[in-house]
Amino acid sequence: MQKLHFHLLMLALAILCFDPGVIAREKAQVFRGALIYTIAGEPLENGAMVVEDGKISAVGLSGQIKTPPEAEEHDLTGKVLMPGLVDTHSHIGGGDGGDNSATLHPEVRILDAIDVHNDTFKKARAGGITTVNVMPGSGYLMSGQTVYLKLREGRTIYDLLLCPDVERDVCGGLKMANGTNSIRKNPPFPGTRAKSAALVRQLYVKAQEYRKKIAEAKNDPEKMPARDLQMEALVEVLEGRRIVHYHTHRHDDILTVLRLAQEFGFRVVLHHVSEGWKVAEEIAAAKAPCSIIVIDSPGGKLEAVNLLGKTGGVLEKAGVDVAFHTDDGITDSRLFLRSAAFGVREGMSRAKALEALTLAGARMLDLQERIGSLEKGKDADFIILSGDPLSVYTQVEQTWVEGKLVFDRANPEHRKYAVGGYEVFRGQAHYHDHQGEIE
Amino acid sequence: MIRAIRLKTILFLILFTAVSLHAQLAVKGETVYTMSGAPIADGIVLISTGKITAVGKAGEVSIPADYRFLSAKVVTPGLIDAHSVVGLAGIYNQPHDQDQLDKSAPIQPELRALDAYNPREDLVEWLRNLGVTTLHTGHAPGALISGQSIIVKTGGATLEQVLIDSSAMLTVTLGASVGQNFDSPGTRSKGVAMLRSEFLKAQDYLKKKQAKDASKRPARDLKMEALGEALSGRLPVLITANRATEISSALRLAKEFNLNLIIDGAAEAYLLLEEIKKAGAPVIIHPTMARHWGDTQNASFETAAKLKDAGIRFAFQGGYESYVPKTRVVLYEAALAAANGLAFQDALAALTIDSARILGIDHRVGSLEAGKDADVVLFNGDPFEYLTRVCAVIINGEVVHDVCR
Repeated sequence: MQKLHFHLLMLALAILCFDPGVIAREKAQVFRGALIYTIAGEPLENGAMVVEDGKISAVGLSGQIKTPPEAEEHDLTGKVLMPGLVDTHSHIGGGDGGDNSATLHPEVRILDAIDVHNDTFKKARAGGITTVNVMPGSGYLMSGQTVYLKLREGRTIYDLLLCPDVERDVCGGLKMANGTNSIRKNPPFPGTRAKSAALVRQLYVKAQEYRKKIAEAKNDPEKMPARDLQMEALVEVLEGRRIVHYHTHRHDDILTVLRLAQEFGFRVVLHHVSEGWKVAEEIAAAKAPCSIIVIDSPGGKLEAVNLLGKTGGVLEKAGVDVAFHTDDGITDSRLFLRSAAFGVREGMSRAKALEALTLAGARMLDLQERIGSLEKGKDADFIILSGDPLSVYTQVEQTWVEGKLVFDRANPEHRKYAVGGYEVFRGQAHYHDHQGEIE
Repeated sequence: MIRAIRLKTILFLILFTAVSLHAQLAVKGETVYTMSGAPIADGIVLISTGKITAVGKAGEVSIPADYRFLSAKVVTPGLIDAHSVVGLAGIYNQPHDQDQLDKSAPIQPELRALDAYNPREDLVEWLRNLGVTTLHTGHAPGALISGQSIIVKTGGATLEQVLIDSSAMLTVTLGASVGQNFDSPGTRSKGVAMLRSEFLKAQDYLKKKQAKDASKRPARDLKMEALGEALSGRLPVLITANRATEISSALRLAKEFNLNLIIDGAAEAYLLLEEIKKAGAPVIIHPTMARHWGDTQNASFETAAKLKDAGIRFAFQGGYESYVPKTRVVLYEAALAAANGLAFQDALAALTIDSARILGIDHRVGSLEAGKDADVVLFNGDPFEYLTRVCAVIINGEVVHDVCR
């Protein structure tokens, strides 16, 4: 015992004296002079932020923030600084989920199918997005497990993950869908809405049984049920560790989701929620957060024909937590900022619209302790804008992830992803079309 | 004598009716972009019986006492969507409201958009409320020749009320999207060969129509008549060509058959600026936010600015979408181009006067000048800013919308 203490003491001394982290530590960086939207509080005119080791070590009014020794100063006079954008629903990365052999694929992980070199990641960085929930599609009742990614420069999926261990940790949510996208002519797909709900309920009932068997086994390997990837994912959902991201448009479909969430006690984020404005009170009562898409013009999909710009404002007034998403390629990651502008145009408050691009999204991914606002101790994920975030003329000038510059509009190699051009985007944007014309 | 009085009474009644339908309006703007000269600070636009009667500085233009008075921060001419499928394609995206493309044959110049246009379509109202007063609409890209387009005003409930041009352009598409809709053409070169063969047939048809002996003239053929109009130069030919390969083919076709060419889409126009300029062909640029897949994969937010710099006349369009959103709004598309290198006034010109010139309707619309149609939009700020609202829309002197939105 004493020996162990001695070792620990030596180790602590070693860390204090020779911490390789201290030696390899990057220079602290100070971003000074910008209008800073911390999202955690009132905007700071002439603010400053200090970044050390990928984390925010200080943020406040410029006069109150000292520059650490040897720190690198960035003069951001006239610029706007805000947290990196959180896209709660995107299809970048070229991945996909379940296939047509079934409509319920809770065991399928999109992280097994993502190409981190796909240029859609560069496009998202150009749009100021630093964290993204990459989802499989909506043509299935459960198309698979989503994955939460940091848009760091990376060579492998592991460089982008927010969870340390893909086998042990919950690295994303579960994508579910109801309404017309997942309804098809022939089994195993449901032909109606009622059948859709029944299929989902049956599988959750099975998962409840599975969970009960695990509890009853009391860690006795003899009594444990055989491993089942589907059931394991759904147990995580039943235990509230994996959030369900539920694609839903029509008001009655939204209420169906709330009914299922209540029956099985799962945590849900409602996605798209096109007719959410019709059932805002019910959504608020269920405390279900909403991740909405902003489309600047209506039509094109029957069950979403009542998708109106006012949804965000109506939900905000009802007390619902609202975030935005791109659903890239439905809308373009490079244009994510304009979601907030349209939100305000149609009735959201400015503060909530900016929060809907950042902290609200972080909450919907259980990442609010790490990202979404500029606060001491949080990851240094932020963007530098040329002007007001709600102006059409504003450009994302730089995107930083964990203290590293991942997009710089001044760099022509980066800039091309912000504007497009000849063979800039080689990978086809993921494009849903459920009319069968375009896959 | 009695007769004369009666006539006067009738004339008065007709005049009175006209006046009440088309109110007399005075529109004041802190800035009036006339698009026929420099912007006017504190400008006035006077409107009577559907036409603009005077434009000038406040103080220089006197406002008659009985005129309805409207004012706004910014006043512009009515916006023009230079290429759309709205009215043929509807908001629901269901078979009953999707008349934008007949896929029974790849070459159908005889199809008239006017026989399919629905002036009461919800999307028409949507665009109108955002300042679009003139719409060049027709069949969607996707057939070698999809038909003849029309130009309409967005206010009015019947075709007769809204029609400006019943046969505006012959609409042609080159590129991969055609191959997706038809077994043949299956390649780009086959598509061009089919078009050339068809135009040759039409040349022959025109020639035979001139035969002195009436019995030797061919029977009327709607297909050939439409192509003949294009060959004569009276019917401009809009060729949707996004890839550089397609743009080159369009220029070649226009040269061979002496077509009055308008290039549509032009996603890779930045590769062929000199050639387009030399050919004198105007461009109706793809929506700035067009999804970059398929033929528009290499689209750039900066193409409009590059066209301007090259001295090529261009206009903005709402374009065609097969999915959400069902139409795009030219105002927003122009705004994004203005945020990507295109000067504010050039963006506005491409939504108004330049668009009118390309569509051949600049004698009626596109600028605020005495004698032109009274199509006016009132904004409460910079028209391109997301938070600016369209507060009133006037079409042919009628206030069709006057709530800020």
